[in-house]
Amino acid sequence: MATSATQEKVLYASVDSIPLHEINVANPYLFQNDTVGEYFTRLRREDPVHYCAESRFGPYWSVTKFNDIIAVDTNHKVFSSEAKLGGISVQDMHSVEGALELEMFIAMDQPKHDQQRKAVSPVVAPSNLLLLEPIIRERAGAILDSLPVGEEIDWVKLVSVELTTMTLATIFDFPWDERAKLTRWSDVTTASPETGIVESFEQRREELIQCAMYFKGLWDERIDKPGGNDLISMMAHSPATRDMPFLEFLGNLLLLIVGGNDTTRNSISGGVLALNQNPGEYQKLRDNPALVSSMIPEIIRWQTPLTHMRRTALEDAEIGGKQIRKGDKVVMWYLSGNRDETVIDRADQFIIDRENPRHHLSFGFGIHRCMGNRLAELQLRIIWEEILKRFRFVEVVGEPERLLSNLVRGITRLPVKLHAH
Amino acid sequence: MINVTFVSADGTRRSVEIDEGLSAREAALFNSVPGIDGDCGGVCACATCHVHVDQAWMDRVGPPEEGGMESDLIQFAEGTTETSRLACQIPMVPELDGLVLHLPELQH
Ligand code: HEM
Ligand code: FES
Repeated sequence: MATSATQEKVLYASVDSIPLHEINVANPYLFQNDTVGEYFTRLRREDPVHYCAESRFGPYWSVTKFNDIIAVDTNHKVFSSEAKLGGISVQDMHSVEGALELEMFIAMDQPKHDQQRKAVSPVVAPSNLLLLEPIIRERAGAILDSLPVGEEIDWVKLVSVELTTMTLATIFDFPWDERAKLTRWSDVTTASPETGIVESFEQRREELIQCAMYFKGLWDERIDKPGGNDLISMMAHSPATRDMPFLEFLGNLLLLIVGGNDTTRNSISGGVLALNQNPGEYQKLRDNPALVSSMIPEIIRWQTPLTHMRRTALEDAEIGGKQIRKGDKVVMWYLSGNRDETVIDRADQFIIDRENPRHHLSFGFGIHRCMGNRLAELQLRIIWEEILKRFRFVEVVGEPERLLSNLVRGITRLPVKLHAH
Repeated sequence: MINVTFVSADGTRRSVEIDEGLSAREAALFNSVPGIDGDCGGVCACATCHVHVDQAWMDRVGPPEEGGMESDLIQFAEGTTETSRLACQIPMVPELDGLVLHLPELQH
């Protein structure tokens, strides 16, 4: 029998008092109250490849150690991302009737995955991104300049969401006044009724059709205009993508939007929180702003914006000495691997000047490794450089609120006060 | 075993041995040669294993296959030249015994 949401809310007094086989780290409430880390610590110690026989997501394996995660993520011949087998999160895709299914290569196996990724990847090549840097910088500056100093504000709403929407609008050269649509569509793409973002799957379908028509308009406008640096123009002109069936184009486009939306937003919020929790690190940064470049990957490790990716075993396999059966659901917990003290020195500490800060799992590994990692790092670098120019201290003045989700590690509210130089 | 020499941006030369069948990426990583990140695990998805093949070896190594994943991905690396390859896509075969590869200053 599936565990109900109300049962999941009943939390144990202490992690160590739970029988191992009852541990269900996919329980979204553990992420909302940010206690899941204690569960992962126990699993890494006592049962690093753990089987949960019963949950509302069905039975699944948890892979919690750094090297086991890499072994699964790079073994794409055995561990499938295919949407029809359930896709890439512990919550199965294709499990609801009436949902409009978009084809995205993040949830495809070879060879189709490679063809699509290859077609789309040039649009996020560093040489192209650099062309957008001055505009992103200028717009980020304008957003930060508009903030009130010395008053309590919600950093998530006024800064993280605004900055992320702005960069998305910039890279797609999306009509500026309508940029809020992008954030909305991104939220809707990944929404189900229980998230409260849409009321029903019909509503989701309706909104995505509107989205499709809107992008069709932009595509038609740009297909005849040469020379645009934005991602839509590039896809409309590249031989690899210009003849793509429209729904495929839409799926890929939305993947770029969704891929970069929550992840970047929560990295911006998570960075501010981490610096406040570690005042010594914040001081290091003030003393030496050049540390931004090693701080960005550390923020991304620390936050781990996507807690996991899931695979489905196409044949019997072994992970860390455990026997996995064909058809089993295997969850790679990046959030846990990123705290694996046997691989990362002082993994439970936020340290902005690590020697090897890119050695983390937040972007995944293997053929599906994040395609937008450079874009993400570029955006975050610009944003932090502009923040540091303006504010001596972004002070967290209240408790953060966290998203009820076992996939997106999100901060929904972060009260702060800004202090100028 | 195949012998490979990595020349880092500051001119330091490191000679290492690697089993036949593995790649030049592994030759560096398994022997702790700094300068190759190889973030994606060697499956041609990250472009952080960029090397410049020594001119003398270029005809034996060859350029990335035209229209393939590598030629596409290599745009992600910085400072590429005609001799640029992704090390994970260079399999260590006996003809490449003695290969010389030059490492870029940065992979990112
Ligand atoms: C800090 C920000 C980001 C994080 C933490 C992140 C994380 C991830 C992860 C974990 C994966 C799956 C990796 C795997 O299965 O091994 C992924 C895939 C992907 N990401 Fe990101 N991402 C970020 C930003 C972005 C941005 C800005 C874009 C937009 C260009 C983007 C586009 C994609 C795409 C297209 C894929 C699918 C790749 C494939 O299946 O081949 N991501 N990302
Ligand atoms: S190791 Fe990632 S492309 Fe070579």
